[in-house]
This record gives sequence, structure tokens and C-alpha cells, in this order.
Amino acid sequence: MSGFSGAAAIAGIGATEFSKDSGRSELRLACEAVLAAVADAGLKPSDVDGMVTFTADTNAEIHVARSTGMRDLTFFSRIPHGGGAACGTVQQAALAVATGVADVVVCYRAFNERSGVRYGLGQADGPAETGADSAAYAWLTPFGLSTPAQWVAMFARRYMHEYGATSEDFGRVAVVDRRHAATNPAAWFYRRPITLEDHQASRWIAEPLHLLDCCQETDGGQALVVVSAERARDLPHPPAVVLGAAQGSGDDQHMMTSYYRPRITGIPEMGLVGRQLYAQSGLGPADMDAAILYDHFTPLVLPQLEELGFCAPGEAKDFVAEGNLELGGRLPFNTHGGQLGEAYLHGMNGIAEAVRLVRGTSVNQPEGVRNVIVTAGTGVPTSGLVLGADR
Amino acid sequence: MTSYEDFAGREILPLWEGPDPVNVPMIRHWAEAMGDRNPIYRDDAAARATGRPGIVAPASMMQAWTMRGYAATVEGPDAGARAGAAAGARELDGLLEKDGYTSVVATDSEFEFHRELVAGDRVSVREVVESISPEKSTALGTGRFVTTVRTYTDQDGEVVAVQRWRLLRFRPKEARAPRPRPAVNRDNAFWFEAAREHRLVIQRCAGCGTLRHPPGPCCPHCGSFDWDAAEASGRGQVYSFVVNHHPRHPAFEYPLIVAVVELDEGTRLVTNLVGVEPGEVEIGMPVVLDWLDADPDLSLPVFRPQSGIAA
Repeated sequence: MSGFSGAAAIAGIGATEFSKDSGRSELRLACEAVLAAVADAGLKPSDVDGMVTFTADTNAEIHVARSTGMRDLTFFSRIPHGGGAACGTVQQAALAVATGVADVVVCYRAFNERSGVRYGLGQADGPAETGADSAAYAWLTPFGLSTPAQWVAMFARRYMHEYGATSEDFGRVAVVDRRHAATNPAAWFYRRPITLEDHQASRWIAEPLHLLDCCQETDGGQALVVVSAERARDLPHPPAVVLGAAQGSGDDQHMMTSYYRPRITGIPEMGLVGRQLYAQSGLGPADMDAAILYDHFTPLVLPQLEELGFCAPGEAKDFVAEGNLELGGRLPFNTHGGQLGEAYLHGMNGIAEAVRLVRGTSVNQPEGVRNVIVTAGTGVPTSGLVLGADR
Repeated sequence: MTSYEDFAGREILPLWEGPDPVNVPMIRHWAEAMGDRNPIYRDDAAARATGRPGIVAPASMMQAWTMRGYAATVEGPDAGARAGAAAGARELDGLLEKDGYTSVVATDSEFEFHRELVAGDRVSVREVVESISPEKSTALGTGRFVTTVRTYTDQDGEVVAVQRWRLLRFRPKEARAPRPRPAVNRDNAFWFEAAREHRLVIQRCAGCGTLRHPPGPCCPHCGSFDWDAAEASGRGQVYSFVVNHHPRHPAFEYPLIVAVVELDEGTRLVTNLVGVEPGEVEIGMPVVLDWLDADPDLSLPVFRPQSGIAA
């Protein structure tokens, strides 16, 4: 262990329900989630002195703080790049806590992504401003390449070509997600498992992606409370200690479209995150008892397994097919059902599930979980966590 | 050459008598279909009780007595007994078609009724152009309003009704929306300007000569902010590709093939593949440059299979 590893812990988690039409403002969702997380930690809003969210979030810190009864804030920070920010929020919080800049930091994300602005509809008709982010779309949208599914499909096709992976190999990831969601009452797809045949029969979205390769869209909020590990020991729940927290942006990094690297079958920024996580925690892939891997689209789960050292490049399809991601397998995966099965909360709901796994309270709790690896959005500058039981 | 102005006052349909006399069975069918239970259309005695000579035809049937009938409608404009006489109508149709006003929608029909029709009446109609508007922009498309007057007369030549009839003859709006606009700024304008001239260029560092795409303000290898643009050979191969089905953007036809093409020069770009079916595309397939003039402001490089050009 090195640096801030072990210095901070997630002591509280809280969320709204996950729906397709919340009927409430995004700010209200954020406040509900934050208050639930603070209460879960056994703390009061006035104890909070730090906040972290996504640059994509519409709920500015001051509005959430004012609304929920927080007082003085000594730390507030935001992470860019959509879902890539998820674990980065915890890293920021852990750094703040470890250095004494703040004592209680809330990480949150809330949106009406299904009933409001839907990311799945793409960027084709985005506003005509000419900053660098907009100009980056100039190489994509005039050609009709404008949605996340389409961007990921381009990687998936090349991955299939180089490694002999098939659509069924992607489908097996969806089947595991939906199986786990089927027993999770909080999941949108509770009691609705799918078969590989269902996956294969689902309509094309962007070949080689079927509908069931794509995650849902969700209204909801999720928040997490980060405090020092020492303080967490005095709070109601067993601490989920932050053993590793890392961000990564790779060489020649683009937003979902890093098609210009020498090879595009891997996710180098995720490898960068993984190496930091293992170095910080002093742990390795063999020490991970479960994995919450970002699954906005199934194909990019496979190279994550490779980048994080669970199997060699090109071998993830076999790793998955051998059943390693099942509850009784080597690496129980997305026990909440993932974003395909539970909810698409930009990865933040996955961090909450990792906390439950460490607490031993997942609805799909495997035996003997001590360390859980969590990843954030793929294809974008990303982040990751290793959460562990208190030692 | 006839112009639209010349049509004002011109007869486009000479007097033409409807195929059937006004008759009670057709009146009954009409009233039933319309759900009109007024007894003056069904019951001779009831009609007489109102001072009428007997069963009368609903006023709204006026046009029906002079319609050409089902067969003529199905067989086209040249079919039917009155087609030969309608040279004026054909001439107007030809003029409208030549100008691209290929679509039609009826916008107004105003009737003035002079007397009720009774069984045995023979109805004739004659149609004269009243006016043809200048070109107008409408929600449906650009077109002209053609207003005609149809005069309905009986077997004695007495006017029974006058109809002012207005059609919009129009060019349907382009079904396809324009392609999404690229956000053009100081760093990428050169590329889109070259594309408008059908030149595919690659940004080249003036310091170390490294090619780069997508372009940027400085070289990631040597740090130089100086650059020029090299012209690409236009040859390459498919590095990866997707076939888009959903969601559909109105600018594109689906399924839509989008590819990453690796140029012979070594850089890659996102583009569309044309002249090939989705099922025929393979990674590694040799492709050559073609140009898509998407609209007057936007030309884009697209690629087609190499063999397709040779053929």
C-alpha cells in the first residue's frame, strides 16, 4: 500500500429509485440521493464539508448544499468526460480526506437522462459552437457517426476481427448482467432475465451491436459519502475502505472515438488505471473477489478484463464463456445487474454495489468478498477503484 | 410557349355531361354513406310535403354526378370519355410538371347552388381557369395555387351550381434533412475548405513532417505549431466499420455504413462507404476516394470499393 491507500472509506450510500420518468427535477433527485447517503453514513448534512460531481451534472454544488442544509464547504471539485468520472469522484474525495482538506465529502450524480436529455440519441443536432469539444464531433457527425452505441460498435468490430470474438461473446456479458438484475428489486430489469437467444434475436442498433448489447437509459440519483477510514469505523456500517483510486487518460485519447491509435482493440487508459490501482493497494488481479465493470455496452467489458489483468489480450471471450463472471465463478461481476440490468447512473450505482459487496449486503452476495474492483466509463478518460473490507 | 398568365380565363375542360342522370338509387347510397337521414333524400311523399317536386339530390352530390368513375381514375388521366376533350387540362399539367410541381393537394372548394337536382336531371360541367398564383413557399413545398371555376348546368343549359376549386400544385420538400454541420473553427477549417474543392488533405507538421488526423494546433511529436497540408492519394483500406440502424437521423439513409479508413499515407479517418452493401464490407477491403456533395456548403470524402471504380 502506498500514498493515500487505506486512508479513506465510503461510509454511506444513498439513491433514489431508478425509473424512466422520475417526475422530479434533477436537483431534487440529487438532494434525495445526497440526503439518503448522508443518513446511511449516520451523519448530518451539516457534517459535510466537501462535494464532488461530474462536469456533466446540472446540479451545481451550491444548489445541492443550500438545499440539503450543508454549511461551510472547504472542498468542491468536478470530473469531466461523462461516465469516466464515476470512480474519479471517489478519488478526489479520498485525496481531500487523506490530506485533511475536508472531513466528509459527498460524491453525487443525478439526472433525468431518460425523460430529459437522452445521451443515446446522439450528438448529430448539437449546438453549433466551435470549441474544441464541438469541433471533435466535426469528424464524426457529418458522416452519421453520432451516438455512443455507434462509437463503441467501431471498436467492437475491430476487436472481433483481431481476436475472433463473436456477437455471442458480447451477449454472454448481457446475460450475466440481466441474470443478476433479475434478483435485484432495485433493478429496472428485476425478474426479467434474458437468454443468449434473446440477445441474438434483438434488433440491430449499430452492427455489430444488438439492442441487448446496449444499456438502458435511466432517471435517478446516486450519492456516496467519503470520510477518513478512522472516522468510518465509528459510523454505523462496516467501512468500504478506498484501497486504490485512480484516473487515466491515455496516449492519443479521444472522447469515445480513439480510433487513431496504432491498435484499437485495447483500452490503454483502463490499463493505466488498473496499474495504479494495484500499485496503490499492493494487491493484484488474483486478490479481487468481485468486479463492477462499466457496461454501457457489452463489447468494452471484454478488453477491460484484459487491461485489468484477469486474462491475456484476446482471451476475455473465453474467460467469460467459462463462467468466471457468475456468482459462483472466479470473478463475480456486476452483482447488481450492471447498467444493462439495474440502472444507467453513469457508473455511480456500481460504486454503491461495490460498497454493499464489501459490507456483505448485496442481494447477490458471493461468499468471502474482501476486495472489489470498480471501473468507470470506457472509451473516455476514465477512473477506477479498489474498495476493501477494513483490515 | 404558353405561360401561366396565359391560362387565366382559359377553358381547360369543355362542357362535358356526366355518365348517369340524377337517380334515386345513387341518392340513397350517398345519404346512407353520409349518415344523412333527411327524408327528402329518401321519401317521395316527405319531399313533396316540403313543397319539393319529389326526392331531391343532396347539394353536396353536385360534383359526384360529373365524376369520371372508378375505372377512369384507376386507368389514368388519358382514360375515360372526356379525356380526349381535355387538351387544355393536359397542357396545364405538362407545364406544371416541367417546372417540377409534381405534387398536388386540394386546398379550397366553394360552392354556390342555384337549384336542387331531381331524378332525371342531366348534369354537365365546364371548367375555366380563374387564376394561377405566382410561386409560393408553403409548409408542403414551393408551388402555385391554381384556381378554376367549374360551372354545372342542366339539360336545358341552365346553371345549377358554380364551384370555385383551388389546388396547390407543388414541388415536394426535399425528404432528406441536411447532414449535421461540422463545427468549423481555426484548427479544422482548412480541411473542410479543401473538401469543398474535392481535395482530401492531411495536416503535416512543418517541423518534423509527421502527418496527423484529426488535425490540431500543434504537433504531439515535436511541439511545432507550424504546419501545412499534404494531399492524400485517396487510396486506403477499411480498418473498421459499423452499420447503423437506430436511431435514425433524417439526413441519412439506413442502414448506413460508417467506416474508419486507413489511408495509404498511414492516417485514419471516419467516413462513409458507398457503392457497397453492408453485408459485403470487410475489414482490410481496399477502397478509393469519392466525393459526396451533401449540399452546397458541405462536401465530404467518402470511399467506395476499389474494384467498383475499376469496373
